[in-house]
Amino acid sequence: MSQTTLNASARRTALRLPGLETTAAWLLAIIWIFPLLYALWAAFHPPEFMVRFELLAPLTLDNFANAWEQAPFARYYLNTFLLVTGVVLAQFVVCTLAGFAFARFPIPGKDILFMLVLIQLFVFPEVLIVENYQIASSLGLVNTITGIGLPYVASAFGIFLLRQTFKTIPRELEDAARIEGCGWMAILMKVYVPLARPTYLAYGLVSISHHWNNFLWPLVVTNSVESRPLTVGLGVFSAPETGVNWATVSAATLLSIAPLLIAFLLFQRQFVQSFLRSGIR
Amino acid sequence: MLIHNADRRMQIYGALLLLPAAVLLATFAYLPTIATLINSLFLPGFRGEPPSFAGLENYQLLIEDQTFWRVARNNLIYALGTIPTSIALALGMALFVNARLPGRGFVRMAYFTPTILPMIAAANIWMFFYAPQIGLFNSLLGALGFSGVNWLGDPSVALGSVIVMTVWKEAGFFMIFYLAALQGMAPELKEAADLEGTSRWSFFWRVTFPLLMPTTLFVLINALINAVRVVDHLFILTKGGPNNATNLLLYYVYENAFSFFDRTYAATITVVILLVLAVVATVKFAILDRRTHYQ
Amino acid sequence: MRARLSFPLTALAAGLLSAGQASAQDPVELTMYYPIAVGGALTDVIDGLVDEFEAEHPDIDVEAIYAGNYDDTRVRAMSAIEAGDPPQLSVLFSIDLYELLEQDAIIAFDEVIETDEQREWLDSFYPGLMENGQVDGQTYGIPFQRSTIVLYWNKDAFEAAGLDPETPPETWDEMAEMASAVHEASDGEQWGVMVPSTGYPYWMFQAFAFQNGHRLMSDDGTEVYFDDPAAIEALEYWVSLADEHDAMPDGAIEWGTLRQNFLEQSTAMIWHSTGNLTAVRNDAEFDFGVAMLPMKTQRGSPTGGGNFYLFKDSSEAEQQAAMTFIQWMTDPERAAAWSIETGYMGVSPAAYDTEALRDYVESFPPAAVARDQLEHGTAELSTYQGGRIRRALDNAVQAALTGQMSAAEALAQAQAEADAALRRYAR
Repeated sequence: MSQTTLNASARRTALRLPGLETTAAWLLAIIWIFPLLYALWAAFHPPEFMVRFELLAPLTLDNFANAWEQAPFARYYLNTFLLVTGVVLAQFVVCTLAGFAFARFPIPGKDILFMLVLIQLFVFPEVLIVENYQIASSLGLVNTITGIGLPYVASAFGIFLLRQTFKTIPRELEDAARIEGCGWMAILMKVYVPLARPTYLAYGLVSISHHWNNFLWPLVVTNSVESRPLTVGLGVFSAPETGVNWATVSAATLLSIAPLLIAFLLFQRQFVQSFLRSGIR
Repeated sequence: MLIHNADRRMQIYGALLLLPAAVLLATFAYLPTIATLINSLFLPGFRGEPPSFAGLENYQLLIEDQTFWRVARNNLIYALGTIPTSIALALGMALFVNARLPGRGFVRMAYFTPTILPMIAAANIWMFFYAPQIGLFNSLLGALGFSGVNWLGDPSVALGSVIVMTVWKEAGFFMIFYLAALQGMAPELKEAADLEGTSRWSFFWRVTFPLLMPTTLFVLINALINAVRVVDHLFILTKGGPNNATNLLLYYVYENAFSFFDRTYAATITVVILLVLAVVATVKFAILDRRTHYQ
Repeated sequence: MRARLSFPLTALAAGLLSAGQASAQDPVELTMYYPIAVGGALTDVIDGLVDEFEAEHPDIDVEAIYAGNYDDTRVRAMSAIEAGDPPQLSVLFSIDLYELLEQDAIIAFDEVIETDEQREWLDSFYPGLMENGQVDGQTYGIPFQRSTIVLYWNKDAFEAAGLDPETPPETWDEMAEMASAVHEASDGEQWGVMVPSTGYPYWMFQAFAFQNGHRLMSDDGTEVYFDDPAAIEALEYWVSLADEHDAMPDGAIEWGTLRQNFLEQSTAMIWHSTGNLTAVRNDAEFDFGVAMLPMKTQRGSPTGGGNFYLFKDSSEAEQQAAMTFIQWMTDPERAAAWSIETGYMGVSPAAYDTEALRDYVESFPPAAVARDQLEHGTAELSTYQGGRIRRALDNAVQAALTGQMSAAEALAQAQAEADAALRRYAR
């Protein structure tokens, strides 16, 4: 679809767009962004301005300092970073191999096997927390970052996506590489993987967002600061029971979402395209 | 013979490529599923003894467990409350953003941003809105002279409050699929309709909406899964209370397994969740995949 | 993107993933989980104490892990045990005793104690605080962050409502009257009283029931008595504060934000843990007082909070190190400092005899209320299947307060649920 036709048609529609719709669209946008703006407000002002909106209320960074002091956010950042990097890299490897196998190799019962893989689109590790916890425990993975990530490595979704992508790649390219004397691994690395780059980017971004934000399974499988990712750290820190000051909680909340949020704001287009391409998380 | 051998080698090679994924899937998807089914047939060990086989006793307990039915009903209401609303809003947002709108980039960003946040962070922010007396909503209501609502403490309101937050979090995510579908629609359709003088309203219902049906079904499946799968916000907002008014199935599993040390009963409830997901999966594979395909 | 994605990378990724912990052999390493259920930066206080201890005892390393509220902390500790990485000691809910015993997780202090001095130490605590920690003559829990429920009242609000700011309510009737007087005098702007009904509703309810002369459980943790007429009357009174007296808001009242509510003066009185005292004192911009809870037939409050437990599967050396740490933490000077920092009780009479705490109580009399109330204390609700039983009672309280059921219906249902949960335990 060409961008010009789209814009042209959009422009034609726009001429007749009633003001009512613009208003509604904007109103909805403001409602939708408001919670985040509110969190910003609360985090950058002294606690007494939580529900008092005064234009000249003094700005402060104290809340961030408090949050940073009261919980080991640096460690949580590190954990989340290790988790997300590790999961995405491992997913790339495992899903590439499996996707390649499904796309190109004559495996007996392939269709049934593929259906079996797709089941994981519905049965997530967090649905099976009880049993998965026991398995992680028997493998000695409780309270490790590996334990948080490993159940997600063989992602049905990643396998599915890469299989689809690999299938669209013309065989001629593969044949050409073979004539040059490439083995299967070299073909995979030199032909398929480079041509699937957009898929990796899309899948990677979606996976990063997912694992940055994941909570229930990490909560169950981590016990201490050494392995807790940001979401769990934030949950422990800000549970209402602790009665921690709200302004501090706002600051902590912003701290935990900042990297991803900033990345999103900078690379909005890529994010939206990625979510789109990948369809399902 | 040679060809046969080559085939054979390819098969083995392919199987080897599948192996890492197969091992991991077996360990963290198939094995725990089977273990869940088996464990649901046991009672937890009494005073340090190992679990004892109990047949269907857990299922008997489940049927008699009023809390379970309450929680199941909550989950149904939660699904019915979040899904149609999110979908309608997502569609509306997509239509807005697809039209030429002043500040379209900002509007789209505003709609989509909640999707990027962790559920926990979203719940934290909404906690400030919902807190009685001192929360933002009640402060605003108070300023307007209304008495406040106990958003999370009143059982008739609490689930609604949780639903509203979920809709806020999800609608923007679904929007992008509609947006993609809208952008993929042939502009000629609209031009033809304009020539015929079709009203926007009937164009939407007669052309756009039916054409978006595959997207709607796709979004619906995702929304259904999320309604069962995502309970993170409950940990912050309500912990399933008051009096289980906002408890959902997966949270109830968590409680039973980790707060009450009753793993086998938790497994029994998990079986129910698996059944629900199986139905969703069947619907998707058997019906939808014939009509839709991703990409 | 042209990275060579091959098998070695899997290993690399796995290596990247695992946060390995090396184990040094020399000093004895102890792991301890601990909860926080009331406000303030208590993690800092604990970390400070641990640092101080380590400086004095270079041969012992203590890793103190904050793990959320009492429930979360128990879950984490049990999970660590199951994963084969048990802590040597922990601060857990004093009422987790039966469940910890049932999971075969803890050992009695009597097994570890060797010297007469240690035996003396074991007897040095307030007996009221030992109740939840002992079973069959053995001591499993040593009091640490212990509390009772106290009444905080806002003297300015009392004055504004024409009440004597120095006189807190003595009885249920007085509390209801005073609370509705405040609400009326403020034109509905300010509530009279708030008793939290999330977090630990059973605890608050236990106070009401005990003030009405009723105990909710048997001594051996195998029976509960929720549907007794005295209990029903207690719950009816609690409900009436909102329903009849118009002195408390409808619906559930959030435990976690209640201190904030009090500080924002949206209510003139709250019932809350004494563990909040220092935080309230630091932040209150008005004159406030602390009193024992009002009475119906008698004064009363359950004790609450966390005890030290010793866990199984630790070596002799670790057990002794853990004992050293616990003794150090509960030593009168430390207990006094802890009490001053938080508002939790000094756990032994000797703590109140320290100069620090004596001076503090003199300059700030509310600091002694929780201790004085101990004389009217009762053990906190603690039974087998405790999680389920407390949840049943919590639900009943919330159902009654939110008008879903009458007090009698709600408690009858809780009783039935509790009986079912305890069916295998009847002795």
